[in-house]
Amino acid sequence: MSETNLVSPIVGGAMIGTAATLLLLLTGRIAGISGIVAGLLNAREPDRAWRVAFVAGLFGMGAVLAALWPAGFAIEITRPLWLVLVAGLLVGFGSRLGNGCTSGHGVCGLSRLSPRSLAVTLTFITTGIIAATLTRLAGVGA
Amino acid sequence: MNTSRLATLVVAAIAGALFAAGLVVSGMTQPAKVVGFLDVFGNWDPSLALVMAGAVAVHFVATRWILRRPAPVLEQRFRLPTVSHIDGRLLVGGALFGVGWGLAGYCPGPAVTAAATGNVVTLAFVAAMLAGMALHDGLRARAERGVLFKSRKRS
Repeated sequence: MSETNLVSPIVGGAMIGTAATLLLLLTGRIAGISGIVAGLLNAREPDRAWRVAFVAGLFGMGAVLAALWPAGFAIEITRPLWLVLVAGLLVGFGSRLGNGCTSGHGVCGLSRLSPRSLAVTLTFITTGIIAATLTRLAGVGA
Repeated sequence: MNTSRLATLVVAAIAGALFAAGLVVSGMTQPAKVVGFLDVFGNWDPSLALVMAGAVAVHFVATRWILRRPAPVLEQRFRLPTVSHIDGRLLVGGALFGVGWGLAGYCPGPAVTAAATGNVVTLAFVAAMLAGMALHDGLRARAERGVLFKSRKRS
């Protein structure tokens, strides 16, 4: 896939939007991945079964595509491990503190024209740009 | 388990699988590409902006139509977020999330999907992400218990 390929992002995005639509229309639930995953970690969460099914679908399709089309995962993470761990902690903690991530706020919330989701989305894109830029300038794992 | 409950699980699994396929097709499961999208002052690859555009285009139109219904097809009610105010907690959370996203190029959906490759670095990211979620939820539960306790003492 070339860098100038514009069809794949649009098609992939439309598939994500369709998945969120199926979930909302049929089950009334929001396809926010961080909330779904965090609910699995909470033993007292009463509404667990559908979360297990959703994550199984997500992970299962990941396994199928990893076998069929490994290039789609291109895991050339050149960051040092400590930075990956710090990043994971920030993504996990931040998505819970901010009540959502790229899917819950960036796709579902924006689609409902939620001002709250717009504020969070603009915030994480801004700090994401800052982090990516500083990492390059610092030459960490470049 | 009744039929509609089983149907909910089947729909959730299908939605999860379609969501993952969309992430892979769009390029979101390639961390270097995601970092390239966020690195706007470097060798910027803006194409991933179209992922959110494509997803929102579909879901925005569908949501207008779906929320006119009194209830979803398989359940009694919609479970939408009820909180609408914007506060510091929310923005700090979004800011921290963005820093992590920009550092590694993974957000939660692509990370869980790519964990299926068994790649050690991806698994390390997911483990740290789950730890971060558990840490937040644990601290919050503690804080809420503290508030409950104090208010009970006052009354």
